[in-house]
Amino acid sequence: MDIYAQNILDHYKHPRNYGSLPDADLRQKGINATCGDEISVALKLSGQKIKEIRFLGRGCAISQAAISILTEELIGQTKKDVLALSFADIKRLLGVPISERRYKCAMLGLEAIQAALRD
Amino acid sequence: MIKRTDFPILTRKIKGRTLVYFDNAATAQKPRAVIAATVAYYKKYNANVHRSLNPLADEATKRYEAARDTIAAAILARREEVIFTRGATEGINLVARTWGAENLKPNDRIVLSLAEHHANIVPWLQLQAKIGFKLDYIPVKDSGALDIQAARRLLSRPRVRLLALTQASNVLGVVNPLGGLIRLAKSKKIITLIDAAQSAAHRPINVRSLGCDFLVLSGHKIWGPTGIGILYGRRELLEAMPPFLGGGDMISAVYPDHFLTNSLPYKFEAGTPNIAGAIGLGAAVAYINQVSWPEIKRRERALTAYFLKKIKTLKFVQILGTAQPKLPVFSLLIKGIHPHDAADLLGEEGIILRAGHHCAQPLHERYGVAASLRASLSFYNTEAEIDFFVKKLQELYQAFQ
Repeated sequence: MDIYAQNILDHYKHPRNYGSLPDADLRQKGINATCGDEISVALKLSGQKIKEIRFLGRGCAISQAAISILTEELIGQTKKDVLALSFADIKRLLGVPISERRYKCAMLGLEAIQAALRD
Repeated sequence: MIKRTDFPILTRKIKGRTLVYFDNAATAQKPRAVIAATVAYYKKYNANVHRSLNPLADEATKRYEAARDTIAAAILARREEVIFTRGATEGINLVARTWGAENLKPNDRIVLSLAEHHANIVPWLQLQAKIGFKLDYIPVKDSGALDIQAARRLLSRPRVRLLALTQASNVLGVVNPLGGLIRLAKSKKIITLIDAAQSAAHRPINVRSLGCDFLVLSGHKIWGPTGIGILYGRRELLEAMPPFLGGGDMISAVYPDHFLTNSLPYKFEAGTPNIAGAIGLGAAVAYINQVSWPEIKRRERALTAYFLKKIKTLKFVQILGTAQPKLPVFSLLIKGIHPHDAADLLGEEGIILRAGHHCAQPLHERYGVAASLRASLSFYNTEAEIDFFVKKLQELYQAFQ
């Protein structure tokens, strides 16, 4: 992580789509056991496509920025496409070099979304 | 005499910056003497111990047992009371699965503290699931000190069989006053196990003056190799306990339908041991004797005072556990910055820290936090390194504003 990653700090300080979604179709909670970070995601679907995502939780700048970016990026994407996303895609979305040691932080939100879609 | 140059790793660079190693509570760096002793075993006299009537095995065995003697002398134990293990974790598991499984009954109680490392919680939870005894935790005050009055109350309940306690928290660095608690436990015939994994890197261990029944430590935290540690046990207890792992070296004779156990300490050392590790640990203890404990403690007191003074100037940093006596182990909370981000970003500057719950989740919950940023120092650290850390912490805070 780069100390001057303004995009990440912006999402961390001003997360997009933070909040609950009372009429969600799918819900899931992701926990990073090594630091106790938690992200709860709620999704609304339109057929096979994602219509809306909101999230609640606390965590480090990487985990919060990653989920915040995903709540905007994934809108309109199909379940199949989202299930195919990987660490490489998250690194691309974050836009700064992310080391392997931040894998769990970066993937916390995506893994919760993917677990929700698999249910 | 303290010589930073004894530690070759301390001159290496991380991304062009000189290493600032502040993760000594996780594992300490190794002096040349330890590295050389370990390499010498493989280069010059690699052979299995306690077997084969040949000169090479003789040499390996002599040096392996000499390491045991060095360690026994350092902690004031008899040689047969010093069992080589993989580390403190294995030592506690050994006691739980032998002494604990044999002696604890469903209505018994055991007492731990909330400041324990997971290694001194999980083996007892595993055993509790099998036997069903009751488990109490001594509370920790806001200052990080154990609640001694509560401890006395817990130890005074009927059917308490074991007190398993850390000598110093690996999160707070606060040293527990063990003397009184061990004396109280003894008067009530409660067996005592001391986890010295953290404390042994900061002060000499004396099992006689402590008066404990068991004590565990890990070699890698006291400048020795990984994968080697010590379980000290009082001889009478070790003799009465069933063996732990079965295999070579722990037996005196094996027949198709039964076996006879070996004498102490071999009864608890099944299989080919970590010979190079034991020899390296012996070298580490010898090295520390030569540097001398009074000098190490003096240096660490100075570093602790300097660190606390400098951190106090940072209004955005809170230290968990400030009770005295405190080792140079500091778990920090930084306003608005997650410990993972701080460890990651400061790591890019060459400062090696640990972020997380440091294998002490119940203690972090006690403080209402999920994780902290830990800086843990050793005698080879310097005031200049603390200055650099404080400067980079300030820059990090500014960047997050």
